[in-house]
Amino acid sequence: MSRVLVAMSGGVDSSVAAFLLKEQGYDCIGATMRLFDNEDAGFSREKSCCSLEDTEDARSVARRLSMPYYVFNFMGDFHTQVISRFADCYEKGGTPNPCIDCNRYLKFDRMLRRARELECEAVATGHYARIEQKDGRRLLKKAEDKSKDQTYVLYAMTQDQLAHTLFPLGGMHKAQTRKIAEEQGFLNARKRDSQDICFAPDGDYAAAIARHTGKTYSPGKFVDRAGNVLGEHQGIIRYTIGQRKGLGLALPGPMYVCEKNVAENTVVLGRNEDLFSTELVAEDFNWILYETPPETLRVKAKIRYSQNEEDATVTPLPKNKVKLVFDRPQRAVSPGQAVVLYDGDYVVGGGTIVPSE
Amino acid sequence: MQIYADNAATTKMSRLAIDTMLPYMDVLYGNPSSLHTPGQKAAEALFSARETIAKYLNCEPREITFTSGGSESDNQAILSAVGAGARKNKKHIISTAFEHHAVLHALKKLQKQGYEVTLLDVHENGLITPEQVKQAIRPDTALVTVMYANNEIGTVQPIAEIGKICREAGVPFHTDAVQAAGHIPIDVKAQNIDLLSLSAHKFHGPKGVGVLYARKGVPLTTLIEGGAQERGRRAGTENIPAIMAMAASFAYMCDRIDEHTEKLTALRDRLMKGLGQIPRSILNGDPTRRLPGNVNFCFEGIEGESLLLLLDAKGVYASSGSACTSGSLDPSHVLLAIGRPHEIAHGSLRLTLSDENTEEEVDYIIKSVEEVVERLRAMSPVWQDLLAGRKNYVIKQCKNYAQTLN
Repeated sequence: MSRVLVAMSGGVDSSVAAFLLKEQGYDCIGATMRLFDNEDAGFSREKSCCSLEDTEDARSVARRLSMPYYVFNFMGDFHTQVISRFADCYEKGGTPNPCIDCNRYLKFDRMLRRARELECEAVATGHYARIEQKDGRRLLKKAEDKSKDQTYVLYAMTQDQLAHTLFPLGGMHKAQTRKIAEEQGFLNARKRDSQDICFAPDGDYAAAIARHTGKTYSPGKFVDRAGNVLGEHQGIIRYTIGQRKGLGLALPGPMYVCEKNVAENTVVLGRNEDLFSTELVAEDFNWILYETPPETLRVKAKIRYSQNEEDATVTPLPKNKVKLVFDRPQRAVSPGQAVVLYDGDYVVGGGTIVPSE
Repeated sequence: MQIYADNAATTKMSRLAIDTMLPYMDVLYGNPSSLHTPGQKAAEALFSARETIAKYLNCEPREITFTSGGSESDNQAILSAVGAGARKNKKHIISTAFEHHAVLHALKKLQKQGYEVTLLDVHENGLITPEQVKQAIRPDTALVTVMYANNEIGTVQPIAEIGKICREAGVPFHTDAVQAAGHIPIDVKAQNIDLLSLSAHKFHGPKGVGVLYARKGVPLTTLIEGGAQERGRRAGTENIPAIMAMAASFAYMCDRIDEHTEKLTALRDRLMKGLGQIPRSILNGDPTRRLPGNVNFCFEGIEGESLLLLLDAKGVYASSGSACTSGSLDPSHVLLAIGRPHEIAHGSLRLTLSDENTEEEVDYIIKSVEEVVERLRAMSPVWQDLLAGRKNYVIKQCKNYAQTLN
């Protein structure tokens, strides 16, 4: 019987994933990653020493499934690989996606290493995605339930990782998962709203960055594209490309954040039409569908998690970069965000959008 | 083979403790505060337990307060001394950087309330010197609290000398003796201890019961209000079965300290010697001035968590650093306090023996640790970097456990 390390968050999806693997006869070990202190997340020290509620939910599910269960302290790795990168990206004017880094460096790297130490063949998670083997390559494929598909945050997975990962929910619809959870009594596991950023549970990511770096981010000027001062901003890390609300300005017409100039500590505002571009360059590109990519390729591209795919042409560049040209101009292409390319249901690859020259 | 080597976390209850407990559950179950005969029988039993504990600590029975364990005793001792000090406008506390969290967190809270806390450096060998205490004492010092023996690295502090200095300076002296009680000799009079905490489950007694010794004349602040039990210092019906078992266990262990020390020291030294043979390993804490059953090592390029998981699979039950309530591990504040860098403080292993362990078991532990360390290093990216010279070793290569850092 092959042994699997199941990453359990205490939520419904990973609980059902564990249940399904157990049903399929896998020898399962459950584990929750402890990633940060409540203190880091801005909770008071008095509450508890870590996110105990989550681990207690996961532990109770593991116990019900008669699985050994451990909590791994990956706080150090999370700190350097996720929170620091996140803060760094914002400081450089980008809009990072920490979930992708967490999957890449924690779930499918740290966790996989632990799995190997424990003589497990694979790591399993509750992600909605599928892995297929074709011509000696492991391919990442969208979930059966397209509305829940999570391949966007998994694009960085290597061949080795894909070969040692199980996504038991890939062929399931959310409703089926919920039904199983109900039958198994896992719905008692508290339903958490899927948070954008787990280490900033109150949504105040700027405060999380300030806690992490210990810096204060000084106010600066809002300017228009001609350089005219429009007002004062509250620190460059507080704004994202395309943002209109919460600027705290009384302007004659709608204005949007178009650019963040770190050197000058200015936030450039413009009209909606200024936000559109047809090209982007992405770095640190991970090819999944091809070992050696073709010279050009027609793809569907997604430049943020919740966005429709857009037709585009991709060209590989040296140093693991790609250039992407969209058929139609795209709004608010944000450096730091991931661009993920698809060929039908298959992930072609993905990378991080770099600032335009 | 299954070997329990985590006796600093908790111990197996002795048959003696269990047998002592039972009659106080179904025969002598009276409430010592009751007027009737069963109540009086319970009160007598309670007094006898107090006498026993007092005898072995060398104090008066009325100086003994029964509590729920070490953490409660530590909190009550600290808050009492600090409260008394505050009435005389003394708001300075001296302690060490590697106390148990029951002490450190209580001090942190006091710090927020405006108290000044001096944490003494414990040096690489895990010991403070009496001179450090002497130099730190100020006219406004309300309390000195120094643990008797450290829970992670087992180092035993010069308690008598510290006690003498504190007594001469007129500063109350508390010691958290949770790891020491029942294992090494304690004499509160000779050692000039004013306040002392101990916990029954560390010496084969039951969990959830402990003692706070407070020298006559050292007033205690109550943490729990209610009835007049424990002379008004701790309300709540006494946990008689546990208290009786604790007293019996304490007496038994104290009577055998010499015998146990001899046996355990030999096992400990055998274990230290064996683990010291593993390349790039280092003993934490002084090699001799430590608890007879405590061994604590760091292994370069290895994570404590992985080490414990794999040892667990081999039936060796050990510990690493201090465990969080969730069961995950924090980098040890104790190892950081003795100057171990972060990268090796994560790779620590604490093995704490009891008199039930055997030489054969110690040899099995050594063999298991060797195997696990080798296996983990083969998989460790950090170790590969070290081998390839991309990173520098923190631990020097030596032939025995008295190794030093690079």
